[in-house]
Amino acid sequence: MTTPTAPAADTDALLDVCKRIRRHIVGMTHAAQSGHPGGSLSATEIFAALYFGGVARHDPTNPQWDRRDRVILSKGHATPVVYATLAEAGYFDAELIPSFRSLGTELQGHVIRNKPAGVEMSGGALGMGLSFAVGIALGHQLNGLPDDEGQIFVVVGDGELNEGQNWEAIMSASHFGLHRITAIVDRNHFQNDGPGDEIMRIDPVGDKWAAFGWGVQHVDGHDVTAVRDALLNARACTDRPQVVICETVKGRGVSFMAENPAAWHGKGPTDEQLAQALEEIEAGLS
Amino acid sequence: MTTSTALPAATREAYGPALVKLAEAGHDIVALDADLSASTGGNKLAASFPDRWFTVGAAEANMISIAAGLASTGKTVFAASFAVFMPGHCFDQIRVHIAQQRMNVKLIASHGGISVGEDGASAQAIEDLALMTSLPAMNVVVPCDVVEADAMIRQSAEDNEPWYIRLGRPKLPVVYTNGPSFRLGQAHQLRDGADLTLIACGLMVEPTLRAADSLAAEGISARVLNMSTLKPLDDDAIIHAADETGAIVCVEEHNVIGGLGSAVARMLALHRPTPMEQVGINDSFGQSGPWQALLDKYGLTSASVVAAARRAVARK
Repeated sequence: MTTPTAPAADTDALLDVCKRIRRHIVGMTHAAQSGHPGGSLSATEIFAALYFGGVARHDPTNPQWDRRDRVILSKGHATPVVYATLAEAGYFDAELIPSFRSLGTELQGHVIRNKPAGVEMSGGALGMGLSFAVGIALGHQLNGLPDDEGQIFVVVGDGELNEGQNWEAIMSASHFGLHRITAIVDRNHFQNDGPGDEIMRIDPVGDKWAAFGWGVQHVDGHDVTAVRDALLNARACTDRPQVVICETVKGRGVSFMAENPAAWHGKGPTDEQLAQALEEIEAGLS
Repeated sequence: MTTSTALPAATREAYGPALVKLAEAGHDIVALDADLSASTGGNKLAASFPDRWFTVGAAEANMISIAAGLASTGKTVFAASFAVFMPGHCFDQIRVHIAQQRMNVKLIASHGGISVGEDGASAQAIEDLALMTSLPAMNVVVPCDVVEADAMIRQSAEDNEPWYIRLGRPKLPVVYTNGPSFRLGQAHQLRDGADLTLIACGLMVEPTLRAADSLAAEGISARVLNMSTLKPLDDDAIIHAADETGAIVCVEEHNVIGGLGSAVARMLALHRPTPMEQVGINDSFGQSGPWQALLDKYGLTSASVVAAARRAVARK
């Protein structure tokens, strides 16, 4: 590998990193007694595949490396999965994690660009990440980056796709032919107020992206090797933007969250719930 | 100054030529439009440097976040639309992606104010300055003529911070016939006076100068400041005006709530309580009509400034 990316982890190592990420997610939302565990647990395999599956080329010792791939959290409330992943990847000391959401911490409730280094975009207002990626991709094109460098992976929520700006961006990425962009939909079927199908139906979501000119893959979002393979496929495409729709479960890995995802969009577990969650994560139950 | 640049011109006419000059000078700029490039003048860059210009169609929210993404790759980005649509359609994107991220993006808001004219109320931005000055990290400027507009646009490219530059549609007389005096954050004193200070911005600067002439004829000596930077506000110039002239009139093509007058009133209330009057749009939306007729209808005239000045002096 000519780029400073860690070699792809094997399947066991990926499964192990998913457990570590999940432990951080429940741990930090417990410490903060707030935050968004459900939509972080659903995106765990996505982040593990990106950072540990050899998908995103990045360098924790040089976060501003100008040819890096960029991972953008558009569903900007799912900070626990981002901080957990960046800590595991070596961007910052995991000892900072319990400071999540406390006064003065870099680990803000919603993503803030460069806090900590490795966070590429400020967010929290939904629907903006894909447009930001369009801007990056245009900039890379003007700067003459080779086709396989400077990829942009944008993690969007399925509820987030209610926001109209996404569709402006989806249209423009296709119009400009921006193959560097891969959107990853965390299709966990729940949004803040409840089931997405009841609140605002987005199906047939894959057909919608296809109709806008994107390459579409569907994958089991909790099969970390399948997610990795789909993302590597998307990364290799140089003709048009790609979307990987990851079928996921909100709260995956913690039974009481997965069984009642509407209750676990935005709150932290109690002491007892934390103990149970850690036990289940360790056992690999879901 | 050449004779031709002293002809009446719209402040928006500065934009396209300034972009071309910047690109010719080697600035790594990119300009974005949202389907209004002939009106903003962005199409002039498109004609000369097509690689440096993109239109996103009628999608201002998308344009602003794209601008932020481009800036994150090292570009100096200009994003242009009408002031009603930007910030009107995209305040949240400006707030989070431009201001909170402190991106090197210059927002070129053309067709500001009620002087848009015949297109009517939905097209007349009378609240944009309130929105933009409320954002931390945002620099907010309003040129009074095409010469000052050109200076602002070119200086903004030398700065890495976000700017909001409000331009206008109608052709205006040139105030700076001897060249620009613009510096960000500094009021420019166009005339000194002892009895009160008239503080104006944008297209109201020239009528304010005429008001000062009328006031002089009746024995009132008026200082005139062109407060072309609303943010960061030139606090010192306001405090000196209060100390040295004892009365102030603010004049602007904007709602009297949230614009220049509000900003100056806040400064005075905090530091130098001073008799003050406002000339502006009195918290109402506009309507269709020729722009000069609209300015008359809504009291944005030299006569209104004279009347306000008399009231302010009487309160000393």
